[in-house]
Parts: sequence; structure tokens; C-alpha cells
Amino acid sequence: MRYSIFSLARNALGGHKGWTPTWRDAEPKQAYDILIIGGGGHGLATAYYLAKEHGLTNVAVLEKSWIGSGNVGRNTTIVRSNYMLPENIRFYEWSMKLWEGLEQDFNYNAMVSQRGVLNLYHSDGQRDAFARRGNAMRLSGVDAELLDREQVRRMLPFLNFDDARFPIQGGLLQRRGGTVRHDAVAWGYARGASDRGVDIVQNCEVKGFVVENGRVAGVETSRGKIHAKKIGIAVAGNSSRVAAMAGLRLPIESHVLQAFVSEGLKPLIPNVITFGAGHFYISQSDKGGLVFGGDLDGYKSYAQRGNLPVVQDVCEGGMAIMPMIGRLRLLRGWGGIMDMTMDGSPIIDKTPIEGLYLNAGWCYGGFKATPAAGWCFAHLIARDEPFPAASAFRLDRFARGAILDEKGQGAQPNLH
Amino acid sequence: MTNSQRLSSGGLIDRGKPLSFRFDGKTYRGFAGDTLASALLANGVKLVGRSFKYHRPRGIFTTGAEEPNALITLRSGARREPNTKATTVELYGGLEATSQNCWPSLDFDLQAVNQLFAPLFVGGFYYKTFMWPAAFWEKVYEPLIRRAAGLGAASGLPDPDRYEHATAYCDVLIIGAGPAGLSAALAAGRAGARVILCEEDFRLGGRLLADHYQIDGETGTQWAEQAEAELTALPEVRIFRRTSVFGVYDGGVYGALERVADHLPQPPVHQPRQRVWQIVARRAITAMGALERPIVFGGNDRPGVMLASALRAYVNRFAVAPGRVALFTTTDDGWKTAEDLIRAEIPIEIVIDPRANVAEWLMKPIARAGTRILLDAVVTDTKGGRSLQAIEVLKSGSKLTFDVDTLAVSGGFNPQIGLSTHLGGRPRWSDEIGAFVPGELPSGMAVAGAAAGQYKLAECLAKGAACGAVAATDLGFSASAQPAPRVADEAIEVKPLWHVAQSRHKAFVDLQNDVTSKDVEIAHREGFRAVEHLKRYTTLGMATDQGKTSNINGHALMADLVGRAVAEVGTTRTRPPHVPIAIGALAGPHVGAHFKPTRYPAGHEWALANGASMVDAGQWHRPRWFTKPGEKDWLESVTREAKTVRAAVGVCDVSTLGKIDIQGRDAGIFLDRVYVNMFSSLAVGKARYGLMLREDGFVLDDGTTARLASDHYVMSTTTGNAAKVMQHLEFCHQVHWPELDVAMVSVTEQWTQYAVAGPKARVLLQNLLGDALDLSNEAFPYMACVEFTWANVPMRLFRLSFSGELAYEIAVPADYGEALLRELMRAGASLGVAPYGTEALGVLRIEKGHVSVGELNGQTTAADLGLGRMLSTKKDFIGRVLARRPALTDPERPTLAGFKPVDSAQRLRSGAHFVPLGITPSVENGEGYMTSVAFSPHVGSWIGLGLIKRGPARIGERVRAYDPVRGGDVEVEICSPVFVDPEGARLHV
Repeated sequence: MRYSIFSLARNALGGHKGWTPTWRDAEPKQAYDILIIGGGGHGLATAYYLAKEHGLTNVAVLEKSWIGSGNVGRNTTIVRSNYMLPENIRFYEWSMKLWEGLEQDFNYNAMVSQRGVLNLYHSDGQRDAFARRGNAMRLSGVDAELLDREQVRRMLPFLNFDDARFPIQGGLLQRRGGTVRHDAVAWGYARGASDRGVDIVQNCEVKGFVVENGRVAGVETSRGKIHAKKIGIAVAGNSSRVAAMAGLRLPIESHVLQAFVSEGLKPLIPNVITFGAGHFYISQSDKGGLVFGGDLDGYKSYAQRGNLPVVQDVCEGGMAIMPMIGRLRLLRGWGGIMDMTMDGSPIIDKTPIEGLYLNAGWCYGGFKATPAAGWCFAHLIARDEPFPAASAFRLDRFARGAILDEKGQGAQPNLH
Repeated sequence: MTNSQRLSSGGLIDRGKPLSFRFDGKTYRGFAGDTLASALLANGVKLVGRSFKYHRPRGIFTTGAEEPNALITLRSGARREPNTKATTVELYGGLEATSQNCWPSLDFDLQAVNQLFAPLFVGGFYYKTFMWPAAFWEKVYEPLIRRAAGLGAASGLPDPDRYEHATAYCDVLIIGAGPAGLSAALAAGRAGARVILCEEDFRLGGRLLADHYQIDGETGTQWAEQAEAELTALPEVRIFRRTSVFGVYDGGVYGALERVADHLPQPPVHQPRQRVWQIVARRAITAMGALERPIVFGGNDRPGVMLASALRAYVNRFAVAPGRVALFTTTDDGWKTAEDLIRAEIPIEIVIDPRANVAEWLMKPIARAGTRILLDAVVTDTKGGRSLQAIEVLKSGSKLTFDVDTLAVSGGFNPQIGLSTHLGGRPRWSDEIGAFVPGELPSGMAVAGAAAGQYKLAECLAKGAACGAVAATDLGFSASAQPAPRVADEAIEVKPLWHVAQSRHKAFVDLQNDVTSKDVEIAHREGFRAVEHLKRYTTLGMATDQGKTSNINGHALMADLVGRAVAEVGTTRTRPPHVPIAIGALAGPHVGAHFKPTRYPAGHEWALANGASMVDAGQWHRPRWFTKPGEKDWLESVTREAKTVRAAVGVCDVSTLGKIDIQGRDAGIFLDRVYVNMFSSLAVGKARYGLMLREDGFVLDDGTTARLASDHYVMSTTTGNAAKVMQHLEFCHQVHWPELDVAMVSVTEQWTQYAVAGPKARVLLQNLLGDALDLSNEAFPYMACVEFTWANVPMRLFRLSFSGELAYEIAVPADYGEALLRELMRAGASLGVAPYGTEALGVLRIEKGHVSVGELNGQTTAADLGLGRMLSTKKDFIGRVLARRPALTDPERPTLAGFKPVDSAQRLRSGAHFVPLGITPSVENGEGYMTSVAFSPHVGSWIGLGLIKRGPARIGERVRAYDPVRGGDVEVEICSPVFVDPEGARLHV
């Protein structure tokens, strides 16, 4: 069913009895051409683009729980392409372009809101590093503006300009960046994929791989064995565990990252703001909650929860740049598992096992990557060659030294 | 209005202490012991808020933090607190509250027009529309939605109050001071355990304060008072009132918020508003009780509809006198409300119970009082405008209407299981009580009383005492058995009724988020059947009450629709915080200028007194330049300072550079392994420049390390990397080579160090030190170092140069730092000495081609920086292997070079990218970027250092320094990175 104000009105007249499931809750078949493990944003987007761009519809997405239960449902909803390294800019800008046309493409309002992402800087050195980044973006045809203190003040007068330990000197602004209603991304892709014939199978946990003569042949699941010629892994937060079932050891450590939302408020914060002298980022959802986060908890974990010191640290960072939020209340926090790579950049590549493909290692950045990750992963699976925008995200780059280290932190995953 | 609806006697309010307060500009009167909610009710105020989406009139529904309706904005100005639950606000004199989410007023809210569009505004409607045209989202739709959404408005002003963080340790933490919690505290406390008892309320007792109980012949309130008195007298027991435990964390850590001054107009001087406690407890007992749940029927949201237990609390504890009351209950407990109202001589019109059979002894006293009783009947709908006027009841197929203004509803109880699930424990469904109870508990936690589904008072007291005793005994205390208090038996039967199917009007599941039973049906129809999908699609349970009164009803409705048991459908996971917590409280005391510590070198005061402008270097404050009278801008001052160093002598505080003292027999071997070059062969009394790689082969840091004795080195690091290098060294020693006899300690703060640089540096030091040292080039050549004592002060002198001039660094213990600075300036006065700051330091090092933070950015290799030849081939060192990877040795990598503008009047900026001349700049033809720039007095123009592909091979070539974000586009010439004295002759004079 196509969604529009008319379909809404028509259904309203019929007491909303005419709506049908947004996606089919499919029973698994015994065999498919392609299986995607993971019914999160990336997995569902991959299935959608396999069907839509490559005409491959004998595809199933296997989700161990309910779709969207992983990181696509627990993030701070920020989308942006303000990277520094050309390889990352190219990929995230492709994602940005897909975001810009997504809702019309899949006929679902994911509330893509290009409200601007502003990174604050607090020193000359940081300003110059942002200039380097902004210039790299401009060279790649991406919008970037370097603002000085007065420009930032005019835009966001409520920031702490008078009593800050690290005074705000300015910011790097990407106006096309913004936020997206995260759950809707999963649902929209699921609907688009399902309508084209993809089976979305919930409550189906993969327990092992069937490998025959070095080639993948299927998976063992909690709902029986399912055969497939090609299998893509897109299980952020569990990549190492799923890959281990196929005997693969990934250059990934899994860490917990907390995020928080405040009680609902009338419009207060117009765009996405990040603090440059502490780890804190914030935006306000359309529903009114302030959505914010900060640093990793710092220890490796698969538990989707964090601890109190980081909650306090994040709030301290928030108060440092916007002391007006002191009396507003934190309503809920949650923890997502970040598959942190050795250089902070992701992996979309074939694996040493023929027919097995890997989409992993998204660190903090997986949500904004969703459309492009799906697009590029689908391309790789369908054609066995990388899509140009993702051609740098190879597994062997660590061996070659061709690392993509935006921050220059080195091979310490929790610092990226 | 003055307490038109207040009973003349009874309750726990202090009629001797009247308090005046304002709501929406009108003045009212309450009493000490009131909450804002009870005081409003006592004043006959029923309408207190408007709902989120439909702007329907809403009143007071509960007595606590579960309140979905009565959200108000408390206080004003910078202390404004939107979305405050009136039920949790302790009344104080002068309290000021306003309604929110309504316009122009609470009584007449134009946005209630939304109700007309309600058929469109169903759950998830926005996912299906607002897509055309695409550009309208940010410009039209989203601003409209954003303005309509949200609840209260923030002040937008900095919070004027302070917050504290504190940590407490105890043997047994008890959460909740109702009958179970008090019994647990008594049992553990009497055994001698260190007990912390946290109670959210300002008064201990929980339901003992709200219900009529007899314990050992006393009232529940009296029993609670005695328990409190005994606990107060026990030396190891601490009672935290007004304290909500909001989270359970790993390792027996509990987060709690103490509302220190929220019951006062503003915090007293030197007192915080709130305090966040991190309580580390060996055992914890949660005794947080249970929350009554509403029944979903038409118009169940009107002001006047209230939970039965809440109405009972308002009557019994707060002496509120409701008007014409009806009771709709499917629980035995609900009948207590009728009984208590009759006891308080408040007539109750009718009791409706959907059950066909109710215990005779429950009904008898109610019937005797003349109240009509309808069994096997339901309330289907309500009527009224801004408050309840009538209810419609369905009994045996016929519709009856009753005029009432208060409807008490009891649909069962949900144990407060939140804290038991924070660490991932799944709750368990109990058919017996029709609710979820705690499942697997976190280690060390027990649950007692109604929170565990034990609803009878006798059980609460007994299980509470047992849990307290077990916790104490487990920890080695001896608890003696106490006789169980005598209490009457109670009826607690519940027959869950989730939804009145015959309702014609909107039946609310989540009152605050305006989620109706229809919305749950739509979610079901559209496939959002998992409880988490239901939540995310309809926003059920996502409001400020976190679904405390709505989740289970919503999940049960979904269970009905999918034809499964509630137990199978499950419930959503609760996460901290259990109640919303002020961000300022979580942030704590380190706000404003105290966000991070500020580190000052010993010469800070002197520098300030001598015209220094300061700059943040990490946490340090460093002099950036010193303005002399008459100097118009920073460039003039910096240029003078740099020229003074090149022509005479300058003094610069370099204390902020990291200093690491490294000692031990194997210190030299250790350094050989962490540096790319050799240090074990360094002679005592000599220093050497060293370069350190990370394990991945990229440069970590650089600095000079001096050998003071055969087993004693002192390393210097860059200011920014001081801690990181220290961490790295410790890691290498502890993890890689624990067998090495070496120890290290940071001495950055212990030693003050000044660079004395310029052709007259030697004279200056001779002026200062006299005959104490022979400073001639022969006796103390470049890279020499010495420890000595002068004027009874231990000193270190190094002949090092960052500027390229004849230069020394002199170090003293930090206590003598400022004195040394004054002495240096005095000794150099006749030589024209000038202090110089970080800017001139930067000018001098850029002129000399020395790398610093701009180049040591974690993305460069030694070869990139022109330091590739330093990598020793005679030994192994950290980073050696991975530095050989193909991409790190690619000859096309951008490499260090110098840059000069072709037009010497043009300014350079770091962060500009290099692109070839004559073609459109693009990412494909980018060649590198500028890392550092300065105006060079020596060259007479701006100069820069940068990384450009094959830099050293392209000297003389011209490229563009392209800087679109600052509108810069400068043609530059590639040159040697060493602009001054390339032979290094000046170092050796």
C-alpha cells in the first residue's frame, strides 16, 4: 500500500481498519539465493537495494530478535558526511545523498531533517584541524563552513560564551547534516524489501555456518537449516561473534556506548552540536527530547548497558557548553555495542570464505552510514566487486598499512 | 479559594503551618505536609494540565513519580523546571507553578482543536505523510510538529544552583521505607550492619501513611514513627529522605538522587540543590512497593478520574475531601478506598466491580453505608468538559448514568520491578497476582514486600524482616529472630480487566503520550506486534513516566490481539534512571570554569604581571605573548619576541613539556626499545633528540632525553602527549618487558624549566651563575647536560635548542620556579632579555623546521617528517615492523617541506590543502596540506611547514595553498623546511 495523506485520510474514514502489515513477518524457506544475517538498518537496507537495484529478490533477512533491535534502534540519530579522509568523505557523502532522497525512494517518512551539524572548536590548533577537514570536504564537493566565535554566538546564543573553561572559538558547520528518525529507517527499508519479495524472518538466530569445500552453503538457525549461495553478515555489535562461527577472527573490539534522552521540551536546540573540548554531542528530537551522548564506557562489553561514571562525564560535558540544561531531566539512557576497528573505519568486503561477505566495524558511525552501507554491501554481494565509494573499506588494509585513521589515534579501538 | 475540599480533621498535614502558593497566577493555601497535588485538590483545582497530542484536559491521577497527567512547570526565571510532576513536589511557602503545553490558557486551549483531527493523528501517522515536497520537511512540517510536540519549555538560562556528588559505602542498602523496607532496615540495623535506607518521600512509611492499618495495636503511622525513631538511634544506620535510587550498575553500585533543597524556595547558602550519591552496597533490598494500574475505558483520562489507591492516600494522608465519588474496581484492594471514604464520612455513590463475585465481608460495610454496588458491571465511558461530570455504566446489557465528579479506578497492581532489571534480569509473569514480578536478580539484591508481589501487610513486614536478617547474616552479622508484628488479614484478589471493550470513546492506555486502545490495534494491524515495536511505533511508555501506569496495560492489549498470554508477549526492558534526574545533578560540581582542572606553571603570576596573554595548552595556561606598552597587536609583540631571541636573548617557560624520570639498571635498554634511535650508548652528561613510534609504525611523540647518570635518564615529551607517553611507557614496561630493571615517574609538575635562547644566552647564564659552572662551548657543548647545586638549590642545565640559536634549558624544583625566572630576567636585563611566549616559540621552531603538534598528528611516519634516517637498523624498537608496511613506505606519501608565499604580502594558514596550479581543485588532485604557519621576521613574510607528495624532491616548484573554508587561495613555493641557519652553525658557538 502506498502511503500518502490520501491513503491516511481514506483509512481514517474506514476507522483505520484497512491498514496492512508494514512488512511481511515471513516464515523461513529452506533455501534462498542470498541470506542477510542481521535485521538491523544495514541488513534491511542491503536487502532493499539487492531487490531494488539488482533485481535479486530470492533473499531473506534473518533477525534473531525483532527487526531494528540493534544499533539502528539505539543511537543518537545523527547523519553527516563531515569527514577528513577522502575515502571516508566519499562513502559518507554517498550516504548523505541517499538520505536526501530516501523518503521519496522508499515511500516512508523517516523524518530526514537537514538541520545542520556544528562541531565546536576551542583553540587555534583545533580550528586549523577543522579547516583541514572542511577544506577536504569542499575539495570533495561536500558543504562545509568554518564559523568564528561571533557567528556561532549569533546562531546559538545559549552556549556558554562567558564562563567556559575552554572558551568556544568557533565551529565547523555542515548544513546538510542533521538527524533521522532511526526506527523508521529500519521499518521503511523492511517495508520496501518485503514489498519486493524479500523474506524478513524475525526470531531466527543464526547458530552456525554450513561451509562446503571452502564455500559457504547455508546457515544453521534456531528455526532450522537454511541453504543459500551467498551470505552477508551485517550484525553490528555482534560481528566478531557471528564471524567466529565461520572461523574468522576480525580486527574488532566491541565496546559499549551509552546515549541518553531527556524529557520532552518545546524547541530549544535547533541543530546538532558537538563539544570540542570534551566528548558530548546533542540534538533535539521532533518529539522534544534532547538526545545526547559522549564517550565509550572504555571497557570491552557485549552487555547493552553502561555505568554511572560515563553518565556523569557526559552530563558534565553537556553542562560545560550549555549550562541551561542543568534543570532539565535525563529520562532514559541505553547502551549500544560498537564494533570498534583498529583504525576507526568500517569494513565492507569479501571474506576468505567464498560466498561469505562482511559488513562490520562501524564504530560510532553506523547509523549515518545505513543507506550507503546497504547500497555498497548489496553491490558487493550482487556483483562480487566493491562499489567505488566503499572500495577502501577492505579487510586487508591493516596488513597493507593503508589505514583510514581520521583521528590519528593508532590501533587502539576504544580511542576512535 | 481556601481548602474548600479539605477535611476538617485527620491526615498528616500540619494545620498549624499554612503555606501560601500560586498556580497559574492564582494564590492558594495548603499546609506543611502537603504535596502540590494534594494542595491543589484540597483547593478544588481539578484541571492541571493538557495532554501531549490532543490537548485534552487532565487532572491528578496518582500520588507519585508514576504520574502521567499532572505535569506542571515549577518555579520561574532561571530556576524554571518544566515537566515537574505535581505529585512529587513537596509544598513550600511561596511555591509558584504554572500549567504547560496549552495556549492561550489551561481552561481554554486552542490546540484542543487537534482532537478534531484525531482520526488522522493516530499512532504512526507521521510515517505515512509529510513527504511531499521533500524540502517542506525542514521548512514547514518539522517546525510545526516540533512546536506542537514537547511538553514544557526550558528557561534557556544557565542553572544558578549547585550540585554535589558523593559516595557512600554500606553493608545493606534498603530502597523504600514502607512496611517492608522499614522491617528490613530494623532487622539488618539491629544486627549491627551498616545500613542505608533511602526513601523518595519526605516522610517514612510508604503505604502505612496512606492506608488504615493496625500493627500491634497501633496505627500504621505510629508504627512507622517508632521504627524511624529506633533506626535513627542505631549508630550504623543512615536514613536518606527525599532520595530516589535511580539506577543499578555493575559491581554493587547504586545511583541515588538526594533532593537536598527542592522543598525550599531556593537552596540555602553553601547548600547544593541536589546531590547524586554513588552507593556501593554489599547487599541491597528493594522494597519499592507496587503501583496501581488503571483500566482502559472510554474517557478514562478526564480530570476527576484517579487511581483508587491515590484517592485513598489523598483522603487519609492529606485530608482531601473529594465530592461525589464512584469506584470502579476489579481488585479487593479497591474496596478499601470505599471503606476509607465512608470512614471519613465522604459519601460514595456507587461501586462498580466487573467481577461477579466479591467477598461478602468486603461489600457489607459499603452497602450498609447506603452505597449502591454493581457487580458484573463496567464503566464504559465518562462525560464532562474540563472535569468529570458523569460516568456511563454497563450492567446486564443496560446502560446506566451516574453523576459523579470523582472516579476511583483500581485495575490491579504492578510491582515496581524496574531496579531488578537494570542489569538485564528478565521479569517473570505471575498469574496469581496478574502482574510481572522480579525474575533473576542481580547478585546481592533481594526484593521484599509489594515490589515482590507480596501485597498483604503481614507478608510485607515478615518478608522485609527476613530479607534484612538474611542480608546481615550473609555478611557475618548475627541477627536475632523477632516476633512478627500482629496485623489483621486482608483480601488481595485481583481479576485483571485490561480494557472495557464496550467503550465508545477514546480509551487511553498511555495517558501522557495520548496512546489509545485504537492505536494499539493499528500497531497490531501494521505488524508492530513485538512489545518493543509497539512502544516505538505508538510511543507507548516513552513519556516522562516511562509507562509506569501504561506499559502492562498496553502489552496485555497486544497479547489479547495476538491471542497469546501476557507472559509470552513479555514486557519492554526498563533502563536507568528509574525516575528522571536533572542533568545538572548528574554533571555535579565541575561546571563553568571548573569543568577541568587548570594547571599553572610556577611563573604564571610573574607572566600575568608582565603583560602576558594566556593560551590553553591542554589543561595548562601558558603565556602566549607578552605585550609591551605601545604594541598594537599580537603580531607586533610576537615579532619583537622572536627578533629578540635571534638577536639577543629570550626566556621561555617550557615547564609544561612532559618530564619523565627514568631510573634503573636497564633504563638504557628500555629507552632503546621505545625510541627509534639508540640511547643506551648515550654518554652520561649528554642529551639526545629521540623519536618514538606507536606499535602501528606511526610517530607517537618526540623530545630530548638526557642521561644524568648511568642508571638515570630524564625524558621530555611534548606538552600535549605528556600523559599519553607516560601511559605508553608504563604499558611497555608492565606488559611487554616486566623483566627490565627500570622504574619511571612523571616529574612534570615537580620541575620548572626555562629555555634561555639567543646569542647572548651564555652571557646571561654566566651573569646568573658566576663561577659555579664553566659554560664555554668546549666545557659545555651542544647537547651537554649537568646537575648541580647553586645557592643551595638543585639545578639541571641542558644545552638544547628548539629555536636554532645558542640555547639552554635550566630546571629547578617548582618551588623555586618563579624565583629563578626573576633571577634570569635580572641577569639578562643589561642584555636586552625578553620573555617570549608560545607564539614566538612557534615562529622560531617553524623557521628552523622543527616538527611539533601540527606535524605530530598521529597520521605521520618518521619518513613523512624527514626523520626516516633516525630509525636504527641495529636494534628492535616499538613500531619497527609495522612501519615497514607498504602504505607507510609509499614514496608518494606527503612529506615535510617548507612553503613561502610567492607574493610575500600574502598570509598563509594551516589547514590549507595543496593543489597544482592551473587546474580546478578537487579531491583527486589534492597533494597534501599545510601543518604550521608563522610570520617569519627572519624571512620577512609568512612561512609554513606542510606535508606534500614527494616534498623534498620538489623544492622550487609552485603550488596553490587552497583554503576554501576561509576564502584563501595562495600561490606558494615549495622550499626547504629549514629557513634559518641550515648548517646549524649557531648551535655550536
